[in-house]
Amino acid sequence: MTQHQTIRSSPRSTEPLLSVRDLRVTFQRRDERAFKAVDGVSFDVRPGQTVGLVGESGCGKSVTSLAIMGLLPKRGNTVEGEAVFDGDDLLSLSPSQMRDRRGADIAMIFQDPLSSLNPVITIGRQVTEVMERHQGLSRKEATPKAAELLDRVGIPDPKARLANYPHQLSGGMRQRALIAMALACSPRLLIADEPTTALDVTIQAQILALLKELVVDTGTALVMITHDLGVVAGLCDEVNVLYGGKIVERGGRHGLFRQPRHPYTVGLLDSIPRLDAPRGEKLNPVPGSVADNLPWDSACAFAPRCSHRVDVCTREMPRWDGDDVVGFRCFNPVGGPR
Amino acid sequence: MLRFVLRRLLQMCVVVLVLSMLLFAWLRSLPGGPVSAILGERQTPERRAALEAALGLDEPLPVQYQKFLQRVLQGEFGVSTKVLPGTDALDVFLTRLPATIELAVLALLLAVVIGIPLGYFAARRAGSAVDTTTVIFSLIGVAVPVFFTAFLLKYFFAVEWNLLPVSGRQSTGIDATRVTGLFVLDGILTREWDAAWDALKHLILPALALATIPFAVIFRITRASVLDVLDEDYVRTAEAKGLSTGVIRSRHVLRNAMLPVLTTIGLQAGGLLAGAVLTETVFSYRGVGEALATSFREKDYAVLQVLILAAAVIYVVINLLVDIAYAVIDPRIRTR
Ligand SMILES: Nc1ncnc2c1ncn2[C@@H]1O[C@H](COP(=O)(O)OP(=O)(O)O)[C@@H](O)[C@H]1O
Ligand SMILES: [Mg+2]
Repeated sequence: MTQHQTIRSSPRSTEPLLSVRDLRVTFQRRDERAFKAVDGVSFDVRPGQTVGLVGESGCGKSVTSLAIMGLLPKRGNTVEGEAVFDGDDLLSLSPSQMRDRRGADIAMIFQDPLSSLNPVITIGRQVTEVMERHQGLSRKEATPKAAELLDRVGIPDPKARLANYPHQLSGGMRQRALIAMALACSPRLLIADEPTTALDVTIQAQILALLKELVVDTGTALVMITHDLGVVAGLCDEVNVLYGGKIVERGGRHGLFRQPRHPYTVGLLDSIPRLDAPRGEKLNPVPGSVADNLPWDSACAFAPRCSHRVDVCTREMPRWDGDDVVGFRCFNPVGGPR
Repeated sequence: MLRFVLRRLLQMCVVVLVLSMLLFAWLRSLPGGPVSAILGERQTPERRAALEAALGLDEPLPVQYQKFLQRVLQGEFGVSTKVLPGTDALDVFLTRLPATIELAVLALLLAVVIGIPLGYFAARRAGSAVDTTTVIFSLIGVAVPVFFTAFLLKYFFAVEWNLLPVSGRQSTGIDATRVTGLFVLDGILTREWDAAWDALKHLILPALALATIPFAVIFRITRASVLDVLDEDYVRTAEAKGLSTGVIRSRHVLRNAMLPVLTTIGLQAGGLLAGAVLTETVFSYRGVGEALATSFREKDYAVLQVLILAAAVIYVVINLLVDIAYAVIDPRIRTR
């Protein structure tokens, strides 16, 4: 408890646990130009830190996380760059070395809890199999631990739940079970890819509160992926905003919300549903869609949708203005240049 | 689980009852009716009336159906006229049954034991040359009629190259002891190895012919199903847990992929009798299929009745077994 609090109070002084450098993922689609889903993404996660990756659907959040986990499809894509975790570049580990890491050092939870659970295997088995794999426990030894885990993630009557199948649990309980599986081997890093998107609003809040509580208790670092800036507001130490496969803005949890610089971040902030807004009032989303973005090579990909656009935006690619803690990628940022 | 089985058993009884009505209706609507079938077309009205009365055909339909059902339940179907003249129709069925069981079991075994691993293998290498080749062969397997496959096999392996027997179940000159009527099993039980081997040699070609379509279908469904399951989110979850490839394949992929395959196996098993009619005829293999063909051609209605009813019961029982197996694998059906 005390240990990770010291870490939290001075996150920047510690060596990063995960350091992603210039990550690029290109999909080769049949009869089409190669498609850059992730286009030079760099960010750090320090021990115990919670880092957000935010952006509209299709901006490359899932692909980024799957690339780090080594879970992209085996064919049809190339991954470049580095993802250094604890001294090793995950992207150059062998598949079997990566298998030893996944589930043990780095765990992941996914968006749709129902489809992410095997429908024909009990919850208990799906929890114990991780411990059997990485901790050398027998199924019998792992079972009471599985019950403890379910209890810890707030599943009532955990012993009975072990024998249940996924379809017998509610959506929120399923996501809790998946969190239990991810935390079974006390990983140092947890990647959560839109863990609340498929859930009801009230359940969403509960799951977020649970994740927050667990990362604080265990000191696990968390990469929180979401399309909803509202989700990261109370959770993340650092937020990265992604657009078209590139990070367009990064900031601390206070700075980014108080003084967003990139017009896209401003748009995302405006689109957060407000509790005090009159019911039925239209949200204010960023106009346009990701589909009409340009490649980053010769312009700002966000330019076609941008209200702050100036001439240079369509002629040149904006450079990163900042460092690995705060910064943005914009010729005409909100609030003027730095 | 028990309630599930009981419910299915009850449904099964209803199905068989309905089938028996259809059978009754069909027998009644035969050209000229049973009387012509027995006496021939040219008979005096007096003799026809006498037989009709003897058979109870002058009574109202519900009464006739009730009597028909009673006879069926007591196993009285009448006497065979053509297949095994003079023998009780039910006995004809029972003597022929082991031959067809032996053939069908071997054929289905071949189809499953080769089809599932090959389908899995092709799915793992989807898009490769091996995959494409096997898929094309399976397409051919489905498209070629059974009797043609049977004929080709017989022509080359038995007639031209003389590698395997041309017809029958056992060579003349082999004096085998009969225990179950399943010749290969009998040979093994009595340790008459030469008899077992001889019976097996007789089985190979018909079984191969009978297996082609079920094999091709099972192969294709397994391949498609494994491909589907490999794309499932829960397989990605299993990968994210760092589980070994073996565990992911057996526990997470195969088990889910088997669900549609199981249904297919059931359907194919049910369809084997149709295939057996053709295969057994080509190889003069004296089983139920051959009896069905003969009784139909020669209008041996007593035997035909038994065979149709038996086929229906077998079909329904196979379906029940598939449903039970399904419930064992899939908890979503079992725990509701
Ligand atoms: N396996 C794949 N093959 C081809 N394109 C893909 C694949 N996976 C993702 N993409 C594309 O990459 C882009 C980023 O996707 P993704 O990371 O899933 O977005 P999100 O930010 O919503 O998670 C999308 O345009 C998507 O179509
Ligand atoms: Mg996504």
